[in-house]
Amino acid sequence: MTALGKLFRTTAFKLSLAYLVVFAIGAGLVLGRVAWNVKGLLDDQINSTIEAEIKGLSEQYAQGGIRRLVFVVEQRIRQPGASLYLVTSPNGQAIAGNVIELQPGALEQEGVIETTYRRDDDRTTNHQHQALAQVFLLPGGFRLLVGRDLGDRENLRHVMTRALFTSLAWLVLIGTLGGLFVARRVLQRVDAISASAHEIMKGDLSRRLPLSGSHDELDRLAFNLNAMLERIDELMTGLKEVSDNIAHDLKTPLTRLRNHADEALREGGSPDVMQQALERVLDEADGLIRIFNALLTIARLEAGQAGGEMKPCDPADILADMVELYEPLAEEDGAHILVDAQAGLSIMANRELIGQAFANLVDNALKYGLTETARDISADIKRVGVMVEISIADHGAGIAVPDRARVTDRFVRLEGSRSRPGSGLGLSMAQAILKLHGGELRIEDNAPGLRVVLALPLIDAQVRHG
Amino acid sequence: MIAPMRILIIEDDPDSAAYLVKAFSEAGHVADHAANGLEGYAQARDGAYDVLIVDRMLPKLDGLSLIGGLREQKIDTPVLILSALGQVDDRVKGLRAGGDDYLTKPYAFSELLARVEVLQRRKGGGAADATVLRVGELELDRLSHKLTREGKEIQIQPREFRLLEYLMKHAGQVVTRTMLLEHVWDYHFDPQTNVIDVHMSRLRSKIDKGYDAPLLHTIRGSGYMIRDSAR
Repeated sequence: MTALGKLFRTTAFKLSLAYLVVFAIGAGLVLGRVAWNVKGLLDDQINSTIEAEIKGLSEQYAQGGIRRLVFVVEQRIRQPGASLYLVTSPNGQAIAGNVIELQPGALEQEGVIETTYRRDDDRTTNHQHQALAQVFLLPGGFRLLVGRDLGDRENLRHVMTRALFTSLAWLVLIGTLGGLFVARRVLQRVDAISASAHEIMKGDLSRRLPLSGSHDELDRLAFNLNAMLERIDELMTGLKEVSDNIAHDLKTPLTRLRNHADEALREGGSPDVMQQALERVLDEADGLIRIFNALLTIARLEAGQAGGEMKPCDPADILADMVELYEPLAEEDGAHILVDAQAGLSIMANRELIGQAFANLVDNALKYGLTETARDISADIKRVGVMVEISIADHGAGIAVPDRARVTDRFVRLEGSRSRPGSGLGLSMAQAILKLHGGELRIEDNAPGLRVVLALPLIDAQVRHG
Repeated sequence: MIAPMRILIIEDDPDSAAYLVKAFSEAGHVADHAANGLEGYAQARDGAYDVLIVDRMLPKLDGLSLIGGLREQKIDTPVLILSALGQVDDRVKGLRAGGDDYLTKPYAFSELLARVEVLQRRKGGGAADATVLRVGELELDRLSHKLTREGKEIQIQPREFRLLEYLMKHAGQVVTRTMLLEHVWDYHFDPQTNVIDVHMSRLRSKIDKGYDAPLLHTIRGSGYMIRDSAR
């Protein structure tokens, strides 16, 4: 596309053209209206002049008959700038006046007419003029015509028409040039923004779109796009951090796996020893597979893609299942899970995911929440307004306030828990599951100990309030 | 033990396919490989396979359509779907399309093997529908919920009954912890710690304590198996 073609295609230029057409129509309408009004005004003036003359002449006729009328008419004809006069006899013979030819039949009727005529000084030429005249029937069958030439009016019409076309020509010229100028300016800015966008697309995410500082719509657009770029940059950095963390956290079990294999190879030994080493390697590999599966699950939960089938279910039933699943494990440790669940509440949920969230919390409580003396874990369900709150609480060390926000991040394992088995993904997964269900996970102080509260929206409350 | 099975692996990644073929033959089975959906469909239709292992994303014909096509042709060979997509909704879709089991990549081969072996048994029917399940001297009456070993009654809890029922239905086969959680508790997730192990050790103390020959065996790296070791 040529530079000019590009210019003609711009929105600014097309808008200018549209405005041009609108303004041209507007100008035409205004000038036309003015011309019309002026014509009306002139016609009125002519008519009243004619009116007055006819009145004067018919008075003369009344006083002195046809002779007097002819005399006065002859007198008036001689004055400069005289009107048009014609007096005819009852048989249509011209008696006096300066008109030698009229449109045929112009004298037939009384009243105002517009007609062509020739006056006596046109005798040598064949020139016709336009006149506005009035025919008056005098008593006695004589007819009197008084008229005024319309040359002035015609001149005005010409002037008006010329003015209209001249101004239209200027309008088109200035409009086109202005449009091109504006379009060029806009095009330059858009080209600058496009150029920057190309740079950004090439991979330089730190670049921003140029602002002109005029706070116009293009600036606002560029500003918002810049804000969007800022956000993308943040997300990319965040993503990089997460993947860095993942790489780091997966390195540890991989190194361990490699060490087991390496050790077995170096030391050799009996098939039994080799067997054991291989089994340890398998265990580590299975652990890694679990971590990957958990990561994938969390990612899909966070993307909102793993919801599966949501059905109404009673959180108390799911909690009972999980407590039943974990009770023997707790008893092994001399611990008890004390359940105080309000039954009959209904949530719209994927039963298996919610079960997994409960399981993760109970698992955490059993792993990190038991002390020498306090070996009870409580699991409560109660309705709080439009939500149901499921809390799993222990009397262990709890989590310090500064750590509460980050403990749901992936792979975060607090000091003192690193020596125990676990991947640091349990709470992340529980939180992702809660978010998917429109709920939230809160970390609270059980004084002493930790209380994790899962708040989920109730179905009947949704119906009532939704 | 398990009779050798004929397994068809429909998988487009040549490395994983080769690994699976080798691993299944080491486990005593015969495994064939098809590299795309159409080829797999033709082989599955014509060959007498005991179990099909179908990847969900296949060139030419995707896994779910392939299964749908087979089921339409009244070919009811058990199918295990392998998926890199994972998660509950996919699992539900896969099972609705006619799959019999579902496993998400990455997986441990022991898990896959255990599931495939259980699928074959399902096809055979037989023991799974019997009113009284027997393993050696252990008898479980599924109607009266009565458990006896060498004629002596053993008291068990309802959950233990279901656990034992599942194990005995698949006597001689390895069942993994995930499979137990799926079929006994009806939850599909990866039990994080040794929750299942504690249930199993309780069950073991009830059925094996005081007897010379243990029936309930832990298979390292895989899961559990109930089997009459005297035979």
